[in-house]
Formats: sequence, structure tokens, C-alpha cells
Amino acid sequence: MNLAEENMISALSEQEITEIEEEISHLPNRQSAAIDALKIVQGYRGWISDESLIAIAKILQMSTEELDGIATFYNLIFRYPVGEKVVLFCDSVSCWLMDGDKVCAAIKRKLKIDYGETTSDGKYTLLPVTCLGDCDHAPAMMIGEELHHDLDAANVAQLFDEPGEKAS
Amino acid sequence: MTNITVDGRLLEVDDSDNLLQVLLGLGEDLPYFCWHPELGSVGACRQCAVVQYMNEDDKRGRVVMSCMTAITEGAIFSVQGEKASNFRTSVIENLMLNHPHDCPVCEEGGECHLQDMTIMAGHRDRQYRHLKTTFRNQYLGPFIGHEMNRCITCYRCVRYYQDYAGGDDLSAFASRDRIYFGRSADGVLENEFAGNLVEVCPTGVFTDKILSAHYTRKWDLQSAPAVCTGCSLGCNITVSERYGQLRRIHNRYNGEVNGYFLCDRGRFGAEYVNSDDRIPYCGIRNTDGIYEANSAKNTLVHVGALLRDAKTIIGIGSPRASLEANFVLRTLVGEDNFYSGLSGPEAEIGSLLLSVLKSNIKTPSLAQVEDFDAILILGEDTTNHAPRLALSLRQAVRNEAKNLARDARIPLWADAAVRKLAQDARSPMFILTSSDDRLDDVGIPSRLNPDDIALAGFSIAEAINSHAANDDADNDSRINIASIVEALTNASKPLIVTGSSSSSPEIVKAAINVANALAKHNDNTGLIICTDEANTLAVVSLGEKSLPEAGAAADVAIVLENDLFQRFADAAMEDWLEHVTNLIVIDSLDNSLSSRSDVVLPAATFAEAQGTYINNEGRAQRSFGAFKPKGDIAPSWDWLLRLCHGQDLLQDVQHIDELLRTIAEILPELALIVNAAPDAGFRDHGQKIARMTHRQSGRTAMLADVSVHEPKQPEDDNSALTYSMEGANQAAPGSLRAFTWSPGWNSNQSINKFQDEISGHLQDGDPGIKLFTGSSAVAHFVSDKSGPGSGNIRIRVVPRWHIFGSDELSNKSQAIRSLAPSPYALLNPNTAENLNVQTGDALKLDSGDAPSLPVSIEDNVPDGCVICPVLETTRAYLHLSDGVLSKDDDWTAPDGQEDVIVSDRRP
Amino acid sequence: MTDKPLTRNITIGEPTDLSAYEASGGYQAIRSTIGKLSAADVLDMVKDSNLRGRGGAGFPTGMKWSFVPMDKTPDGPKGHKYLVCNADEMEPGAFKDRLILEHDPHQLIEGMILSAYTIDADIGYIFIRGEYHTAAKRLRDAIMEAKLKGYLGENILGTGYSFELYLHSSAGRYICGEETALLNSLEGKRAIPRAKPPFPQVSGLWGRPTIVNNVETLCNITHIVAFGADWFKSLGLGDDSGTKLFGVSGRVKNPGCWELPMGTPIREILEDHAGGMQDGYELKGFLPGGASTDFLLPEHLDLAMDYDTIMKAGSRMGTGTMIILDDKTCPVAMVRNLEMFFARESCGFCTPCREGLPWIYNILDDIENGRGRPEDIEILERQGAFIGAIGNTHCAHAPGAIEPLSSALKFFAEEFNQHIEEQRCPYSHASGPKSGRTH
Ligand SMILES: Cc1cc2nc3c(=O)[nH]c(=O)nc-3n(C[C@H](O)[C@H](O)[C@H](O)COP(=O)(O)O)c2cc1C
Ligand code: SF4
Ligand code: FES
Repeated sequence: MNLAEENMISALSEQEITEIEEEISHLPNRQSAAIDALKIVQGYRGWISDESLIAIAKILQMSTEELDGIATFYNLIFRYPVGEKVVLFCDSVSCWLMDGDKVCAAIKRKLKIDYGETTSDGKYTLLPVTCLGDCDHAPAMMIGEELHHDLDAANVAQLFDEPGEKAS
Repeated sequence: MTNITVDGRLLEVDDSDNLLQVLLGLGEDLPYFCWHPELGSVGACRQCAVVQYMNEDDKRGRVVMSCMTAITEGAIFSVQGEKASNFRTSVIENLMLNHPHDCPVCEEGGECHLQDMTIMAGHRDRQYRHLKTTFRNQYLGPFIGHEMNRCITCYRCVRYYQDYAGGDDLSAFASRDRIYFGRSADGVLENEFAGNLVEVCPTGVFTDKILSAHYTRKWDLQSAPAVCTGCSLGCNITVSERYGQLRRIHNRYNGEVNGYFLCDRGRFGAEYVNSDDRIPYCGIRNTDGIYEANSAKNTLVHVGALLRDAKTIIGIGSPRASLEANFVLRTLVGEDNFYSGLSGPEAEIGSLLLSVLKSNIKTPSLAQVEDFDAILILGEDTTNHAPRLALSLRQAVRNEAKNLARDARIPLWADAAVRKLAQDARSPMFILTSSDDRLDDVGIPSRLNPDDIALAGFSIAEAINSHAANDDADNDSRINIASIVEALTNASKPLIVTGSSSSSPEIVKAAINVANALAKHNDNTGLIICTDEANTLAVVSLGEKSLPEAGAAADVAIVLENDLFQRFADAAMEDWLEHVTNLIVIDSLDNSLSSRSDVVLPAATFAEAQGTYINNEGRAQRSFGAFKPKGDIAPSWDWLLRLCHGQDLLQDVQHIDELLRTIAEILPELALIVNAAPDAGFRDHGQKIARMTHRQSGRTAMLADVSVHEPKQPEDDNSALTYSMEGANQAAPGSLRAFTWSPGWNSNQSINKFQDEISGHLQDGDPGIKLFTGSSAVAHFVSDKSGPGSGNIRIRVVPRWHIFGSDELSNKSQAIRSLAPSPYALLNPNTAENLNVQTGDALKLDSGDAPSLPVSIEDNVPDGCVICPVLETTRAYLHLSDGVLSKDDDWTAPDGQEDVIVSDRRP
Repeated sequence: MTDKPLTRNITIGEPTDLSAYEASGGYQAIRSTIGKLSAADVLDMVKDSNLRGRGGAGFPTGMKWSFVPMDKTPDGPKGHKYLVCNADEMEPGAFKDRLILEHDPHQLIEGMILSAYTIDADIGYIFIRGEYHTAAKRLRDAIMEAKLKGYLGENILGTGYSFELYLHSSAGRYICGEETALLNSLEGKRAIPRAKPPFPQVSGLWGRPTIVNNVETLCNITHIVAFGADWFKSLGLGDDSGTKLFGVSGRVKNPGCWELPMGTPIREILEDHAGGMQDGYELKGFLPGGASTDFLLPEHLDLAMDYDTIMKAGSRMGTGTMIILDDKTCPVAMVRNLEMFFARESCGFCTPCREGLPWIYNILDDIENGRGRPEDIEILERQGAFIGAIGNTHCAHAPGAIEPLSSALKFFAEEFNQHIEEQRCPYSHASGPKSGRTH
């Protein structure tokens, strides 16, 4: 299934609903599960579309506005489509001190994108992130859920797949 | 009282307030943004900073936010010191970094709290040279404009909208310097009190679109203190004009009535004053049945002749006309020939209300409502019928939260902390109504048909009287009588709310019984009865009869500001009109009745006329016009007075003050009305009170295209106000204050300077006067129904009010009309089955040409009820007493309209 | 007994599983405490130990706990009390909590059970930052293990005491680490800090009494309970008790994180453990306790890393993780990087932080890119004074942001002036986003 198709799914899956209800079950009210619910759905869909947002808000018995206010507050909730893998590049001080900028420039060259953008094949979205807690192995970044560290501008590009055709 | 030191002055102050509130109360000029007297403190903007010293030896002190600082014995503060004032200058400097500096094109300019505070905090030279953050604006509906770039992120809007008004479609989005206040997507703001955002926002993010459409700066407006005619609560408004047109309605603070807030019907519903439907001239129907415009003089001669020749003259009063006009009409036709013009139920409920006001049962003001800690609503849809009351009730349920905060020693002004502590702990509010209520989210709702609501009320009263819940009544699974009884009897201040929105006097009687039962044990019991219109109580005080009996003939019938077709079934009206030879209508807008008249006299609206209104708590309030009406248009009481003079009546009465004195003399019950506002002789330092600010500009130029000679300003002989900027224009008494302004305070927040304490009463007393006091016991009523109509498939049409659409006059305002619902019939699946209809069908009336009602089915509608909106087009359905409804077989749903949407604000 | 209680089980690689943890004496403290000692006894122990919070502010833990009302109100869900572990670790340069979370999760769990017992909390949350996937997985497994073994949940080990522990993985933002913002976030809201008072101890999560402690703080509890307050005090070299996870990042030979006694001299940490500066680089200054602490200079190397000593030198212990500024790195660019972070992570609630930090960043960016103006220094100083003091802003985020700035303006004034006079950055290698705003 490609992104476009993914976006079309409006209602939540049974699995998503079950997981959300599970979170709610140990909270004093449904609205308190807002962030968990957003993360659950994003876990399956990569991002939170308007349709997902509306569906989640319904489950939590809150307004879309209230939920969107929460969703847009947090860095790791994506309200725009992102690539298959989100690349979180640490731009905080320890990594910067270790030439993180140069490493990042190399990544941007390789992926032909800037921060906030997604590669044309839909594989990667590059975002800056605050310190990943790996400062003794700076510079560091995450590709998807995988942490990479001791990065080097010369060979960081190898960590990424070659840009391919736009998945169909 | 607690002693504190401020800039070396020793002060004795109240320790229940925060420091900011205390200092503002003392008249100090201390800038602030996020704090609002009704919203409490959160400490977001950091603008109200002062310096606090630990003790006398502490010379450095530390910056604290005065709004977040409690008053403690011996505390030492500096407001003026350099450290404090530098900090405040920096706050405003930083707030202005991203501000667009678009004051010249901003609607808020000239009455902008941000402008005021910028000057006050002393920031002038701008050093920021970088890019500004910019935002996209949203469409928020026909009332409110959105200009996010002006936002200073004080959070007042969302705190007001969500926490105070209970709305959930306005939020804060994103974070850091990209915080955005708006909706998820373009759309109408759904809350009925959204309009207050215009005044709550300290800058020009939320603006009044009605004003924007024909924009005028505050200093160029000519304004008057008026009373809203949108419902029976009598909120105080400022009505403003320029070039002979109404420009806007703003809140006018009244510490007892509306405080800082209005509903959207009141704020945006007065555009009808500028309507094309206004009756501009006198008209007389000629022998060919055609209206002819005529001069006032000729028309009065013509009417005078009719009156002299007539054997029977009757007068029909109006619940929306002034007390004065109703009184003069009654004088003209004689007490016996005067009718209130109210519908049957409305007249009966009005009389019940009058009897309560004269009894020992207390009717609280809107401000007092907020103190009640257990509430029972019987059959009254407050949000749609008496809107501002719903906002007060929403605050009242917070008493439980306040109690918890007191126990935890959290000051009540620490708004976020109190809300956090209390979570959703609320004082009980039982809502017994026939359809969904906007207060359901903070109450305990039950949906019953009007008869059952009345029955429940009677049972509750009985249970309270007999100290035990009646088991028989309790078998109704939809409500728990025992828990209601328990909550009400355990409350320290129980409140019963009822009214005419269900059109059921029976419900009101039940409510009176409940209040009566509670009042025997608890002096703090309150009862509120809402009526349909602004002056129901005035007309009820003048006459008990509603309309002449069917078949009673009249040579001349004078109808005052009353479209009787709105209140009575068409057939009854036709029958009545048959027996009227000459129909004289005095009104401001064309309507079904005026088009049938023989003579029409053009009446001034509230915006152009002075008059007295008596709200549902018996408070008489004087409303003043902002401008002289055009041409021959005149206040109704003035027309009627001229007719009286022609009949040698009320000859001594020339001005309104004499009229008021006459009323007081003839009707001792209403004697206090003369005190509702100072009379025309009132002077402040020898001056009358100006309707314009003293910055009024361009008056000499306004009519320069017509003549370079500036015309003389009109005189106002009937009040202490002038149509001019000449006169006293700052410290007028509240009931005469045309606008609020104080040096350095150009926005409405200048009201701080005129209150005895912040959020308290106005210094010279809140406008208006309670007319009725009494100690007599109110009658005890017995239910006239036998029991819930189970098994009875009788169909009953239940009216449902809509804040936008149900009120005759505001509905003539384009913006309001655009939000009015289209007709519908709401019923439950069972009733639908009985009526043989389903979603997609429509119901019709057997007779008449009323439009069919598309059917909408919802589970929680009480059985046997067809809920029908109160609209001009649905009146025929609402005048039915029994079901003669049937499926409309010829009906097809209009294209694109699959389902009927019954909610209030999503058209 | 050990002199490295926090890391004794940690050998980098796999996490300590339950059996290994138990084999090294794990969960013994629970057996000897719950139901055997009263909550007040444990509280006294913690007070006596002089443990100070390891989350940054160094507030005495025992004192913090003593504000929790101990009269239980047993009215259903509203009667809960909460213990929250702050595992948000997003302070730039801080990488200490992850070590424990990933490699010895049971140490934290045991510490939490004991702490919860002391304040009579029945529900606990570990608030972990969203990017710590490995740690989250290991914690989740460990919680399950502990539950199965009866260390968590209803009626722990038959003592009658119950404690449920949940893991909440954050959706990101540094401000979630601020304890009251964290509580709002746990409630599923926007993570806006709350005003204090009321303190969370009285009205915290869902309005109920709540304690928030850092991972490292909570881990220490197990050892204090197991080995006693006196032992704990004896671990420290100076006035502060216990050990501390100290870290060093930047251009040193051996960056890393080590458990060392409180009061270890900075020079020892930097030279013995971190191996000194990389060849060709010299120490120009350092942030002793993470991004929100004031710069110190080489002249401060012989100070002891304890709360009061560092405070007296004009900075803060913070997280105890040092960030080294070398002589080839532009201090203006470094501060710009820091302020970009602080401006970006502002929650946006209060004016000085929301508006003031981006302005500071913009000016630093101009200076670094050769567009500085002479008056900029005065603006930076004015803004620093405006934002910098605790109390000027709604929470401690913005004052934290000013610490590296104001100390840099003081210590590296020459470099700032040089940038402005020469309209360029004198450090050639420093490059970065060339212009614009913080994003
Ligand atoms: C902006 C900001 C971010 C913070 N981030 C963290 C954090 O990530 N982890 C942490 O333990 N404490 C953090 N703190 C400190 C916490 O507010 C709180 O003081 C600490 O969790 C208390 O734990 P302790 O008493 O064990 O030190 C932060 C404080 C501020 C102002
Ligand atoms: S200082 Fe103010 S804006 Fe900044 S993070 Fe704290 S509360 Fe938010
Ligand atoms: S008014 Fe006090 S901080 Fe905003």
C-alpha cells in the first residue's frame, strides 16, 4: 500500500481501537489518552491525517480542535505525511561541536532534501531533533527507530538506501 | 484585611484577591494582558510584573507577577521602581516584536488594550530588525473576523472560550512563537457566546464583522447606554451609531446583570435597525386598499378622527415595546380595553412570574446565579431562550471546584490550579428538558416531554415537603427524583430555573412549588423564571388579558409593536381581524400584521428611542437611543402621547420624565421606575452627558458634501444626554454612561476605573432598580395531569427555541438569519413509527400552507414528542394543541440535503 | 556494598534481566522494607541521606517527599497518589539516564516501588522520551517481569501494599522534562508548565498528590534503603552525599559517562576519565552540567563537582554532564546553537521566552554571519537580564537558556566584539544555517 492509499483510510482499524481503549482503561478519563492514541495511530500510519484526527477525537470524546491543539504541540506527532522512515538528526550542541553540521550537509546532499522535506521516492523525511542522549558518540541520528552514532561526513551517506523510483 | 506596603505606602487591602486586582481596584495603572477579572490569573504574559522585597532590609527584591501574587501580611512591593518598570517595558517590547503594527487599518485601533498598555508600559523605540512571524487567518462565521498576526498570545481567547463559555472548537495550536488560536479548519464558531472574544481579546485578532462592514472608530461613534431586547434578561449594552446607522453593540458592564459578557444574539442581532424593512413613513390605506405615505400631521388628524368616531377602541400592547408606550396605550384605550397581546401560555407564565416577584421567594440576578450550588432546570432551554443565563449557570456549577480549592488553600483567582485540582468536580445541575441542552456537558440531563417535566417538578416539590421521595413518582426510570431532592435539600443555595421556552405554565407552576418547598427550610433558595421577551413583565403588569375574546368587535384597534401572527394561529387571527374595522399598527419593521393595517405609524427602535424595560427579575432599566430617528419616525410612546393629547388625555405630560412620574403615581407597584436612571435634569458639574467621546473627529466634515455649514446638533429634551461630544464624557453614572473611557484606558477595560471593586458593582450602583419586593406566600399549585402518558400515543409538538432564528427582530439581521436552522421535526424512532415516517420523509399539517418539516430521528427525544424549532415559518405547528400531523407524501428532499441538521450552529 | 551502586550491574551490552538483577541482591530492599518499615521510617532514611535530586535542580529529595499529605482519601480513582519518574532526558549534552534505563531497568523499578511506598502512592508512571525506543522496550519487559514476580501490582509480595507501574512514551519536546509540564503531558494535554504553588506534592497529576523524580534520583533510593543513609553519605567526597553519573562530551579523547563520588574534581573527570582534550585542541571553556548551565573556564578545573561549589563559581551542577568548548570552535556559534535549541523548545506560554529567545537567536545568527551591529551586545545583555532570572518567566526553561548566553557574553566578550567589528566569524570552520529564524 502506498502513502496515497494509506491516506484514504479514514476510520481506525480494530487493532488501533483496541490499543487505544487499552490505554484509556487505566486512565481516569478518556481525554487523557490523547497522546497515546495519536502515537498508536501514527505507529500504524506514519502520520496523523485529518481523517485520523477526527476519528481519534471521536473515540476520546473530545473535539477535533482540542485534539489538534495537542497533536500540533508535540514534535513527534506528524500532521503531514512523512516518508517510510523519519530521519531525526541531532542538531544539539554536543553533536554540533563534533561537526554535526557537516554530517547533516552530507545527508542532505545524498537525499537531496532539506530539513522538513521528504525524498521524492517517499523513503525518508529529514527532521532536526534535540539531543538524542548519545553525546559521547556524537554526532548521532536516528533512522526510523534505529540509533546511529559516531557519524562521519565522509561515509554517512552509506547508511541510506540509494534514491529509488517513487513507489507505486 | 491585610497590611501591605506598595511603593512606600502602607495599605490595608483584602487578602482574597491577587495583588494585580488589588492594585487596579485602588486605581493604580498597572498593565496586564492575560489576567481578566472573570478569568482569573495564569501568569502567561508577564506584563503585570512588580518587585517584591523579602523584608525591609532587602534592597534588591525580585520580580513577581502581581496577578499571581497573593496578599500576605506585611508584604512589601514596588510598582513604580525602576526594576519593575524596566521589566514591564521589556515585556511589551518583546510582545511587539512580531506584531504587525497595523493600527491604522485595525478595527481595534483607538480602543485597543494593547495600544493602551504599550503606552502605559513605556515602550517606544523599536530595535528588532528581523523577520516577523506571520499566520494565515480563518473564516470563523458571519460574526467574527480573524487576524492572527495581531495576536500577542495572551491565551485569553481560549481560556474564555473553553474554560468559561464551554466551547470546544477554538484551541491553541502549535507551540513556541508559532502558537495559533483558531479552529481546526475554517468554519462558524459554534459557541453562542463567541462574540465576547471581540472584547476579551486585548488586541485586534477577533473583530466584530458587523462593525467592520461599516467601520467607525470608537471615538467617532455616537453611543448610548441601552438595554438588549433580545430576551427577558435585560443585559446592558452600548449601542453605537454613525451617519444615522447602527454600527455595533458592545457590552455595557452591569455588576448585577451581564457583567462583562453578552450572548451573540444580543451582540450581533441588532442590525435590523438598519433593515430595508424599516417602516419609514406614516401610511394610510386609501379607499382602493393601497397604502399612501402621509405626513405625521395628516396621519394624526386622520387617526384622531377615527378615535373620536369610534365606539369601541381597543389597544393591544407589546412585550417588546417600552413600558412607557404600553402605558400610554392603556391610558388611551382605557384599562378595560387594554390587552397584553401575549400568547396564552406566555401571558399565564408572565402572571406567575409577577406573583413570584411579589412573594417571599427570591429571584437572583445573573451575578448572584453564580453563587448557587445546586440547580434544577425545569423545561427551560436557557442557551437558546435566555442565553446569558446559561453562561452564569455554567459558572455556578464551579462552586464545587471552588470549595475544593478553598479546602486545599488554593486561591480562587489561581485559575489553572483550581481547575486542575477540581478536575470535573461540579456542583449538581439537573437539566430536565425535552431536547438536548447546551449545558448538558456540565449538568445531569434528562429528556422528558413537557408534561412529564411538570410532573417531575410536582413530585420533587412533594418529596421535599414530605421529607421523602415519593416512590410512585420515582418509578420513572428516566430521572432519579430522590437524588434531585437530596442535592437540592443538601445545598446551601439551591436554585430552580424555569421559563416559557416549553410554552408550559404547568412546568412553571411545578417549579414554583419546588422553590416554595425549599424556601420553607432554606432562605437562600432562588427561583428564576424566564419569559419570551424583553418587556413581558411590563406588559403583564399593565394588563392580565391577552387578546379580546373571539368575535369581540372593535371600531379601532391599536396594536403596539406586536406581530400577532407570530403568537396566534392564523385562523384565530383571521377571525379577529374580521371584527376590526380600523387597524392601526405602530411598529418599526414591516410584518404580517402591519401589512394588514389601515394606518401604520413608524416606530423608532431601541437604538433611537428611550424607554424602560423590566427584566425577568423585576429590574427596571432605562434604555437610551444613540441617535435621533429619521424623518417622522418616533418612539411609540411619543406617537401615542400625541394621540392622547388629541383626545385630551395626559395633557400635562410632554416629556418622558413626566410620563414616568405619571406611571409611578397611577401604578404604585411600579413607582420605583423613576429611579431607574437620572432624569433629564441631571447634570454633571453643570453639564449634560455626551454621547460622543471628546475625540469625536470630523463632525464638521460629515455632511460637507451637502452643506459646508455644520448643522446644529439635535437636542435631546428627554434625557440628560447630548447628541454631541460636548458635555461630561467620563464619569457619568452607569445608567447614563454612553461609553467607558478613562485617561490611558481607551478600551472597554477602562471599566476597572468605575467599579467599587474589580468585577464588583459600579461605583454609583449598577444601573436599574428592582421594582418588586414582597413577603407574601406564593400560591401552591396542584398538578392537573394524572400521570405520565404511558401507552398514550398522543403526538405533541414541542417548541424548541434557537438563539438564532426564534427571535422576531434579531432574525431580521442578515448575519443572524444566516445561522438560523431550517425547519425540522425531531422525533424518536418509536414516534416516527407511529407517524409512519422515517429519515428522509417530512411531516405536514392537515390545513394551512405551512412548509413541511423534514424528519430527523434521534433516540433520546421523549416519546410522543415532535420537536419543532420556533421559527417564523413553523408557527403554525406550534399553535397546535393536539396532533394533526401526518406524513407528507409529496415531499422530496431538496438536492444535496440528505439529512436534516438540527444542531444550532452548523448550518 | 559497593562504591558504584548505580552502575554495578552495568556492563555495556545487554540489559540486566530479572534473574541477574536478583542474583546481585536486587529486590531485596523491597523484601526488607515493605510491610516491615513504616513509610515514615523510610522517609527519615531518605532525609538523613541528604540525597539531592539528580534532575538538575538538586532539590533535597526527602524534603520534597515530606510535603505529600499522608492522610489518604479513599474515594475511588480520585483518591490516588502518584509517583512519576522523569526519564525525559532531552537536555543537550545529557546522556546519563539512558545508561540506566537501557542496562539496568530493574534498578529503577525497585527504586520506584520503594519511593512509592514511602509516599503511599498507588500508581506510578515512567515518562520516557519518545526517541528512547530501546530503553522503552527494555523497561516494558522489565515491568512485565517484575509484575509476574509479584514485585509490582496488587498486594506486592503479600504485604498488602499495591503499586501499579506504567510506561508512558513521550511525543517529544524538551519542555516535557519540566516536571509540571510533564504532568500535563501525562494527562494527555499540551505540555505547558503549571504555576507553583500549588506544588505537585499537593496537587499534581489529575489534581492529586504527586512526586516527580529523575531516574538517577529514584535509583539511589534502593541503595539508600539497602545500605543505609550513613553509607550513602560516606560515598561523597565533600558535602554532597552519594555518587553521581558524570559525563563529558565534546573534543575530548574519551567522551563518556562514569559513576563517580559526588565532589570529584572537574579536572579528574576531564583528564582521567575523559582522557583530556583531543590532540590539537585546547580547552577554552565548558558547561559543567548541560546546556542550561553557565560556562566555566579552565581556571575552574580544580573545583569539586558538588552543588554548592559549582554554584559559588557562578554555574550549576545541572545534570552533571559537561560539554567542552575547544579553542577551534567559535563560542558565538556555540551559543547560537544552544539558543536555537532553547527558542525552538519554548512551550510558547510566557512572553519573555516565546518572543525573547528567538530574538536572541536572530541576533546571534547575525553576529555569527557577519551582520552584527555594535548595539547588539547591549540588546543581548538587556534581553538576558529580562529573561534570565527565575521568576521572570513562568518556568525555568528560559532562565536556563540565558545561563550559557550571559556567561559567554562575559567570558568571550572579545570574540563577540571581533565578530561585529570584522563583520565575519574569525573561526573558519564554524558554519551553520546561514540566516533566518530558528527553524
Ligand atoms: C525545561 C526543563 C526541562 C527539564 N528536563 C528534565 C529532564 O529531562 N529530566 C529530569 O529529570 N528533570 C528535568 N527537569 C527538572 C525537573 O523539572 C524536575 O526538577 C526534576 O525532574 C525533579 O527530579 P529530582 O528532584 O529527582 O531532580 C527539567 C526542568 C526544566 C525547567
Ligand atoms: S519559560 Fe515560559 S514559554 Fe518558556 S518554556 Fe517555560 S513557560 Fe514555556
Ligand atoms: S496579567 Fe499577570 S502575567 Fe499576564
